[in-house]
Amino acid sequence: MPESTTTPEHDDAAPLPEDHAARPEGHVARPEDVDTTPDTSVDISVEEVTDLPQGKMLEVDDVTLRFGGVTALDGVSFHINTGEILGLIGPNGAGKTTCFNVMTGVYQPTSGGVRFLGEPLGRRKKFAITKLGIARTFQNIRLFHNMTALENVLVGADAHHSSGIFSALLRLPRHRAEEEEGMDRAHELLKFMGLEKRANELARNLPYGDQRRLEIARALATNPKLLCLDEPAAGFNPAEKVKLMELIQSIRQQGYTVLLIEHDMRLVMGVTDRIVVLEFGKKIAEGLPAEIRDNPAVIAAYLGVDENAS
Amino acid sequence: MTAVSGFFHGIANRFRALPKWVRVVLLVLLALLVYLLPILNPPLITTTGSDFGAVLFLCALYSLVALGLNVVIGYAGLLDLGYIGFFAVGAFTVGVLGSSHAKLPLLLCIPLAMVATLVSGILLGAPTLRVRGDYLAIVTLGFGEIIRLALVNTDWLSGPRGISNIPTPPSFHLFDVPHVTWQGFTAYLDLENTTDFLTFSVTDSIPYYWLALTCVIIVLFLDKLMQNSRVGRAWEATREDEDAAELMGVPTFRFKLLAFATGAAIGGLSGSLFATKQQFINPDNFTIIYSVLFVAMVVVGGQGNRWGVIVAAVLLTWAPERFRFLADARFLLFGVLLIVLSVFRPQGLLPPRRTLRAKEADQEAPDTIDAEGVARA
Repeated sequence: MPESTTTPEHDDAAPLPEDHAARPEGHVARPEDVDTTPDTSVDISVEEVTDLPQGKMLEVDDVTLRFGGVTALDGVSFHINTGEILGLIGPNGAGKTTCFNVMTGVYQPTSGGVRFLGEPLGRRKKFAITKLGIARTFQNIRLFHNMTALENVLVGADAHHSSGIFSALLRLPRHRAEEEEGMDRAHELLKFMGLEKRANELARNLPYGDQRRLEIARALATNPKLLCLDEPAAGFNPAEKVKLMELIQSIRQQGYTVLLIEHDMRLVMGVTDRIVVLEFGKKIAEGLPAEIRDNPAVIAAYLGVDENAS
Repeated sequence: MTAVSGFFHGIANRFRALPKWVRVVLLVLLALLVYLLPILNPPLITTTGSDFGAVLFLCALYSLVALGLNVVIGYAGLLDLGYIGFFAVGAFTVGVLGSSHAKLPLLLCIPLAMVATLVSGILLGAPTLRVRGDYLAIVTLGFGEIIRLALVNTDWLSGPRGISNIPTPPSFHLFDVPHVTWQGFTAYLDLENTTDFLTFSVTDSIPYYWLALTCVIIVLFLDKLMQNSRVGRAWEATREDEDAAELMGVPTFRFKLLAFATGAAIGGLSGSLFATKQQFINPDNFTIIYSVLFVAMVVVGGQGNRWGVIVAAVLLTWAPERFRFLADARFLLFGVLLIVLSVFRPQGLLPPRRTLRAKEADQEAPDTIDAEGVARA
């Protein structure tokens, strides 16, 4: 999905009004308020992720992507260090999601390339890139809606499993071991995300906020070295956004590297270690949050969008 | 209609609540009853116009077909309109290896037929599973016809004459089973009319029914193991959202191919059972109308529910035979029923639990959210 023509807030915010309407007056009941508080004390770290050497984890190297006459990405270069939270921000249509799509193999760049842990991604298939260690969530929630929350996470955990039809039919030890491992991992992640009590509900029946966090849980289940979150807080109110950012912080504390798309600049300032700013497919700034805040080009880009939007 | 499915799901829930040994005993008793159906000839159910054993054989055979197609359509979400092609490949492999070009015993022919259909499934799937939705339907539709036309036009395979003298399964005589006859609602043992356990011959379909039923039970069991595993989850995820599945590390193409090949192998098994029962096959047995009938079974039964598709397969096979006296009006009724079903129950007679839960959730959504909101406050 090329981002250039979509207006993400509308898609994402759509389920909200109903949600609110169904609740009693003056009470914005969010599942987070009561029984679904994330339990960040749960240990969700995995050795293959925490044992990574320091340094550049992912390098986007002069990536250009054209769709016919439209240049969605124009010579974009940046890198992500192991263990950091990198913010990727920019106004609508700047190419943030497109950039994600290049990194996760959805699009092949017209020129340039992406290196992950020193290895070029090349023409790897999407699932192969996930197995390599890049997992993502989606701007518009794309859960497996008719599967339960637990099953959704299990599918993610299956990414690092290998039992096929024969081990399933013969119930070989490998199948049993992997099922057990996947089950443990899934429950661990659901607990971490505060979704343990919703494990057996269908994904589509979950409240909006839970769906967002379920997507993160599903991505984490693949044991990603790099977790890419595409506007995970879209459609949230400010208080909820802050909570989510805290959650992302604690995910990082468990050893994960996070790439975060968010176009609310103030929000990103608080959580990210560094920020990359895109506008019209070009990188216009990169640096520490404080530097970005004072960067005239970034201010211009954001003010420009504000004018158009209102 | 909803009451029917509610009834079945009620039974299913109560059944699950029972202790394991009770469940096993009940299942064995049920299986025994089903095995004995053609012996018991229960009134009302028994077809009067045609041999009940033969009808039951077809019911079991088509149940097997429906189970196989359910893997492809129900689990993996791939619309296959040429399933008869695999059925034909299975039948003709048995014909060629068992009769026209070699004289292999049937018990060797059947696994070979399954391998042949598995391979044909992979050959068809490898290039075509890259296309999605409607395109796949068209390609498979073509495949079914290509197989039939190839059979008609290839003398080595049979040509329009077909293949006869297809081997039967090995027979051995143990004892005779007398049939039950009914005078009104009183049962009598008919000692004149017996089934030889276990001799496969043209005169008695019942041993073939037992064979097919055994295959159905084995496939049902394997189907359950398969669905409750990484493979089953991968299929379900692929059907739900192929792109998201791929990005969550599911090699969707490989799993779609696996579903196609598995479905094809089961189709091949049923084709070979058909061949040995008929002992004579020709390409006219494998017309496109059967592909449509098979898809109808899966859709009517409820895509993705193994018991649902079996119920539909049995109904759609048994009903036209039972109500044979209605002659051609049967097909009119069949059509009307299909339309009624698609209007009032598009998810099928016995939809899988997920569809059911989803539908309930849709209907009750405002209430539950309200209740939960209050509960939370």
